[in-house]
Amino acid sequence: MITAERKPLEEIFEMLVPYRRIAVLGCGTCVTVCMAGGQKEAEELAAAISIHRKKEKQEASVEAFTIERQCEFEMIDQVAERLKGFDVILSLACGVGVQTLVEHLPELIVLPGLNTKSMGYPVEQGVWVERCLGCGDCVLHLTQGICPITRCAKSLLNGPCGGSAEGKCEISKDTECAWHLIHDRLAKLGLLKVLDEIQPPKDWSSSHHGGPRTIVREDVRLESGK
Amino acid sequence: MKAGSNLEKVINSGQFAVTGELGPPKSADVSMIKEHAEAMRNYVDAFNITDNQTAIVRTSSIGVAGVLLQMGLEPVVQMTVRDRNRIALQGDLLGAVALGVKNVLCLSGDHQKFGNEPGAKGVYDIDSMQLLKGFKDIRDEGKFIGGDELEAPLSVYLGAVANPFADPFEYRVDRLEKKVEAGASFIQTQCIFDIDRFKRWMELVRERGLHKKVAILGGVTPIKSLGAARYMKNYVSGITVPDELIERLQGAEKKKEEGLNICIETIQQLKEIEGVAGVHIMAIAWEEVVPEIVERAGLYPRPKL
Ligand code: SF4
Ligand code: SF4
Repeated sequence: MITAERKPLEEIFEMLVPYRRIAVLGCGTCVTVCMAGGQKEAEELAAAISIHRKKEKQEASVEAFTIERQCEFEMIDQVAERLKGFDVILSLACGVGVQTLVEHLPELIVLPGLNTKSMGYPVEQGVWVERCLGCGDCVLHLTQGICPITRCAKSLLNGPCGGSAEGKCEISKDTECAWHLIHDRLAKLGLLKVLDEIQPPKDWSSSHHGGPRTIVREDVRLESGK
Repeated sequence: MKAGSNLEKVINSGQFAVTGELGPPKSADVSMIKEHAEAMRNYVDAFNITDNQTAIVRTSSIGVAGVLLQMGLEPVVQMTVRDRNRIALQGDLLGAVALGVKNVLCLSGDHQKFGNEPGAKGVYDIDSMQLLKGFKDIRDEGKFIGGDELEAPLSVYLGAVANPFADPFEYRVDRLEKKVEAGASFIQTQCIFDIDRFKRWMELVRERGLHKKVAILGGVTPIKSLGAARYMKNYVSGITVPDELIERLQGAEKKKEEGLNICIETIQQLKEIEGVAGVHIMAIAWEEVVPEIVERAGLYPRPKL
């Protein structure tokens, strides 16, 4: 899933200053699960904005509602007419949702209410970790399911650097050394030999470094899209 | 002979090599570093120049190498993969060799969060292993990492670092072996304070015969004060300082002298360990003691080859 955190309230209040009719639009998928931008958070934020505007004696009407996914045109269509009735949409989707709204309904002003963080998952209630950078050329088969691109602070491909100590990464005693984890897992599986091979430089052109990526699947494309 | 540098000649002659570390300044005023280099002139076989060490912006390693070459001294240029991608690293190798640099040390580099630009984007396009292998291929195959051919051959003596004090301990010798395979002719180790652990590591190195394939230079650092020892123990990534050493300094009346004694004793022990080819002295911010260390460790005069 995509993880995100709400922006600081002050920043949100500041960006909403020019607008009077405000919609806080939640998203029912990833950000609902990571408790940053679902219906509950949208309602809470709408209430906070209303109170703030009253206190500042700046008139505003704020409404909160949610669609299942802001990253799909069809789902945006369900509320398109309603959205057009506002001066601004404060989107509580990830950065993808904000951009999908703008691309599909360019007449809207859409602002981000969240800081999108990463692709990851909750390891425990209230803790979400990053696990994939979407590098476009997955190496998890070499490292037995632990991503060195994402979890090693230097994205190393040939084993732990000299900063690895007691299982922790040199950047922080709270961060596990990904390569220590990989080493131990490979050792347990009897696969340590894998580490002896020198992994060649990664081809980053399949990642974001090659420019924004588009996937085209001719086999599933509709005639009209061609 | 890979490049015929003085360091390479000393190592190949089988004599105990001595290198000294120089940390470039946070300015373009290189007068101080020149002074330090001058003072060490006849006491070390080559000068290792750090590359924006601990991610703090300083005069570049290659820039200082150029200054040393003008002084008739031999640099070892350090190159980390933290700040440059493969295009810049390979271009800088060519530039360094064009200036007259013969020794290059490849390493990952400390993470940018430790330095004075913690908001910097870390590059890490390739890792230190790939850098080493890439430079080896440039030298031996005449090919860049991407496969394109060099217009003319070049020679360079390549080194890498090893940290026997990092974890997982069992993996550290595997990693050394991998670095040898990738192209390292010499190895500089992290500062040795825990000599017992270093000895254990060397045993494993000898078991695999790696000491015959690569020249291992043991890293030493003279400790100036109790505070410095504690700082290294707690805050410097990759360094282990045993409690006994802290206690010894604590008990000593003259901390500086004791720090120096410990360093010299370490070198003397290193000389006795089979497979250790030399010492790398990292007296950062205490460069002036290097001649005394070299002399008292019985490593002066240096061979003239
Ligand atoms: S290797 Fe790439 S695709 Fe696979 S988990 Fe890591 S970042 Fe994601
Ligand atoms: S300590 Fe481990 S996770 Fe951290 S940079 Fe080094 S190898 Fe990567």
